[in-house]
Amino acid sequence: MSQTVISVENVSKMYRLGEINTGTFYSDLRHWWIQKHNVSSDTPKESFARKDDTMWALKNVSFSVNKGEMLGVIGENGAGKSTLLKILSQVTGPTSGVIKAKGRIASLLEVGTGFHPELTGRENIFLNGAILGMEKYEIQRKFDEIVDFSGVETFIDSPVKHYSSGMYVRLAFSVSAHLEPDILILDEVFSVGDASFQKKSLNKMIAVTKSGCTILYVSHNLGSIKQFCQSAVWLESGKVVMQGPSSDVTSYYLSKSLPAQGAEKSKKELSEDITKPVQIRSVSVFDRNGATVDFIDLNEEFIIQIDYEFRENLEFISIGCQIMSDENQLTLISLSDPELDSSRLGKRKVGYYRSQVVIPAKILNVGSYSIRAGATQLGNSSVGGTILDVTDGVPFWVTDKVGIMKSLGHERKSSLLSLQVPWNVEFRADN
Amino acid sequence: MKCQTIHSLTGSCFYVRIQKMNAQNVGDTLNISEEKWTTVIRPQRPWWDLGLGELWRYRGLIALWVRREFVALYKQTIFGPLWHVIPTVISSGVFTVIFSNFAKISTDGTPPFLFYMAGNTLWVYFSGCVSATSTTFSSNAGIYGKVYFPRLAMPIASIISNLISVGVRFGVFLVFWTYFLLSGSTLHPNLWILLLPVLLLIVAGMGLGAGILVSALTTKYRDFQQLLGVGLQLAMYGSPIIYPVSNVPEHLRWIILLNPLTPVFEAFRLGFLGVSSVDPIYVLYSIGFMMALLFASIIIFNRAEKTFLDTI
Repeated sequence: MSQTVISVENVSKMYRLGEINTGTFYSDLRHWWIQKHNVSSDTPKESFARKDDTMWALKNVSFSVNKGEMLGVIGENGAGKSTLLKILSQVTGPTSGVIKAKGRIASLLEVGTGFHPELTGRENIFLNGAILGMEKYEIQRKFDEIVDFSGVETFIDSPVKHYSSGMYVRLAFSVSAHLEPDILILDEVFSVGDASFQKKSLNKMIAVTKSGCTILYVSHNLGSIKQFCQSAVWLESGKVVMQGPSSDVTSYYLSKSLPAQGAEKSKKELSEDITKPVQIRSVSVFDRNGATVDFIDLNEEFIIQIDYEFRENLEFISIGCQIMSDENQLTLISLSDPELDSSRLGKRKVGYYRSQVVIPAKILNVGSYSIRAGATQLGNSSVGGTILDVTDGVPFWVTDKVGIMKSLGHERKSSLLSLQVPWNVEFRADN
Repeated sequence: MKCQTIHSLTGSCFYVRIQKMNAQNVGDTLNISEEKWTTVIRPQRPWWDLGLGELWRYRGLIALWVRREFVALYKQTIFGPLWHVIPTVISSGVFTVIFSNFAKISTDGTPPFLFYMAGNTLWVYFSGCVSATSTTFSSNAGIYGKVYFPRLAMPIASIISNLISVGVRFGVFLVFWTYFLLSGSTLHPNLWILLLPVLLLIVAGMGLGAGILVSALTTKYRDFQQLLGVGLQLAMYGSPIIYPVSNVPEHLRWIILLNPLTPVFEAFRLGFLGVSSVDPIYVLYSIGFMMALLFASIIIFNRAEKTFLDTI
């Protein structure tokens, strides 16, 4: 059984907005006076300022983290991520609630804390280490490793003011990375140094987690959260919207942050309308396991299912769907009965029907789409048909969980389709 | 544009302390034998919890921070701490000319220069401690906002690094003192000299107490920063630095004796110069006052420390 090392219980943090406590005693006194005597001030702003200008940066946030786990925290700007981290790293206090933790908590809200430009690299390593809570013998033991990792050996005894900014940051990060706390709080520190150093940092972080360290990682980079974190917490306006496996949380987060209008679920139920001879009752999207999903991986096939009702016996009926892109461009069309084969457009009697179509994997590009389903009666000629019923806007999203598109360097090309099929490559001749 | 300030509610200061808790108290559903929390973050901190044990564990940081302050102050200067020599000599000289020669204030028969230097040495330490620690929150906001460590570590490091400058000043004082002693001035050094470390401790304690009190109050009201300059000036004239207590009219003397710094200056001069009109037993009053001030200040400082980020 895994052991809980951080337990956040109903933590709330309130800030008060407004003009009270502007920093001088006089203005506070004046506001107090205005409030007490209910004096209508000359400017309406002042009397207004006493109103309930409170803001909950966090509201009853509860979650727990297990030992050795890497938990990602996602959310839009202002969702309360930073406040949460600040409370966890004990920089500011909660208004209510309790956080319990086991072991030393270290935070890397920003690297290089306490570095002084006049001190040498060596002195700064010790100072920075001490600020981060390391004992002197610990720093001594790891000193060579830290210097080696940072790659600034030759300058270790020069004042850091002579360092290049890259060296400075690398040294600062190295100290933090060798901290060996029980719980590490990271806030987008991977974006440090050049590419090779970033890679080194990442590997170091992975090694740190493997050594049993628990990590809380806040990032806007959903890719890295999905890649490194087992689980994730999604904060929205100070509340936990979702906690679970990081791939689920990031996918769901992605869906909500996409500019989809009227974000319904990818299942649409329609109320009965008996005036229609044929009516579509529901449209839904399934993955291959039969679960309703909003998200379809690029590499997975999915099923569009349409339930409908015939109120009259009808001929030449085609049930079909169109997949529209978020730019309202028709991407793909599929009909249950290809018009060309009119022999299959047989008579249908009154009743309930269900049509399913499997959309193969590796066709649609990453993006947000919506399904438009319809029932059409085709004429005997090729003149087209009559639309009997149509329903619009059942959304779903195609995502790239594995990261194929990203690895190929095209996260979201404007292409609607992305045909991921093997290419034949053959060697022709030496040059 | 209306300027908005954000601050958190009063009473939202929180406390962290190392705490061994029993699983039954925690009431968690998980493996009961493993429920041993080492850090508990709560909104409230008991007022009596000064967090001194935690501070002690961070003594290494205090030592390094003292070094940092020292290096930062004297790097790229040729004479380094020796720069304290010149102001000491000049101010004592100016005092001698103005207060002794012009205003004819008595120095109880001791060489005026040495008399003023004695007072000045301790006073500069006190005012230095107060000024340095009174900006604890504002000048460390950046680092306080990123990492947690006992906040008191910074002002304590300031007090200690200020000791270096007082050491230099005291050295200068000793040079002049030896010169006057050898040249046959009326000096009667005695065993009260041994009280010096205690006197320094009192001054340091009071400087720290007053400084962190101001720094805690300035997180809410900047007014106190302005008040500090005035207060320090008043405290200087309210302490027997440029005059001996014997020079104060009898009916006003109680005011001077109420000042907890008075016995310190008097005891210092008693030890080195051999003159004082204050019973050294009053030093006990200073010690008591220092302890009370420090205790109260640390409580207020601790209350301010966790919310100041939201208000500053």
